[in-house]
Amino acid sequence: MAQTGFTPEMLWLIIIGAGVGTYAIRVSFIAFFGRLDDIPDWIERALRFVPAAVLSALVVPQFVYADGAISLSPDNLRLFAGGLAILVAWKTEDILATLAAGMGALWLLSFLFG
Amino acid sequence: MSSSRADFLSGVRVSLPIILGIVPFGMVAGVAAVSAGIPAAQALAMSVVIFAGASQLAAADLIGRNVPAAIVVLTVLIINLRMMMYSASIAPYFRKQSARWKAGLAYFLTDQAYAVSLMRFERDDETNRRWYYLGVATPLWVAWQFATVAGILLGTSVPPSWKLEFAVPLVFLAVLVPSVTDRATTVAAVVGGTTAVLAEGLPFNLGLVIAAIVGILAGLLVEEVA
Repeated sequence: MAQTGFTPEMLWLIIIGAGVGTYAIRVSFIAFFGRLDDIPDWIERALRFVPAAVLSALVVPQFVYADGAISLSPDNLRLFAGGLAILVAWKTEDILATLAAGMGALWLLSFLFG
Repeated sequence: MSSSRADFLSGVRVSLPIILGIVPFGMVAGVAAVSAGIPAAQALAMSVVIFAGASQLAAADLIGRNVPAAIVVLTVLIINLRMMMYSASIAPYFRKQSARWKAGLAYFLTDQAYAVSLMRFERDDETNRRWYYLGVATPLWVAWQFATVAGILLGTSVPPSWKLEFAVPLVFLAVLVPSVTDRATTVAAVVGGTTAVLAEGLPFNLGLVIAAIVGILAGLLVEEVA
């Protein structure tokens, strides 16, 4: 079993901090501002790029790194599995299909070459 | 005039196929939390208190890597910032609700509940907005909690050879790809991803936050030039 370096108290603080902040984001306009026109223009334009920039920053390193180092060689099976998953995500826009394609490819490649 | 009850049930009907998609996602979130070393009670609390899938996965991932707490919280908030757009866009339809109802409705705001409800509200003025939205949103909430619990129970017994941790970036990917819709969002994704790879070695996983900011700025710049 993995262990975190966090005490249970610290974990609660993280959860509550993240939860309260996320709720504040959700409730912001519904309860307090009320109109789309109330968002400053630059914030509205920046928000459009949040999912693309953040999710890509979370995903790409996990495809490119293998055992803690950048690996663009054919030995890095995650690179191929990830590439196939990108294709499936693009064609289907379906979470389940993307999961199945990526995991399936990784299992198959590990079985064949692992 | 349609009745509240009929509108609630019509929302439920629309949410059922969506549940098929979020159940595996929720299970991955549960497994990821437990594999990161988060105790079961707190893993479930993440689903109830935060209730936002992609950000829960990111939090579990960062907690497993012992990143400072402030970075974990900041990352969750950056990922969930997009909901401010949903909040602004759906707010006019909830204007007549009482303050208490508004506070409650906001808790259930998700990508799916927002997208489905807004489509209906724009098309049909007669819909009871509160009940249709709750018809869509509450089954999604219940399914998410059950799926997380299933993942938490499963989490401790998954052998490493299943490489289940790879499911986490795959789920992010499935959410990422549809958000890339034009040249500017493509640049934001490419720059964000590349910066994250280059900045991977930075302490406290600051690379992630830097990559997010640089990616957003790159997107803004491309939009400005175009």
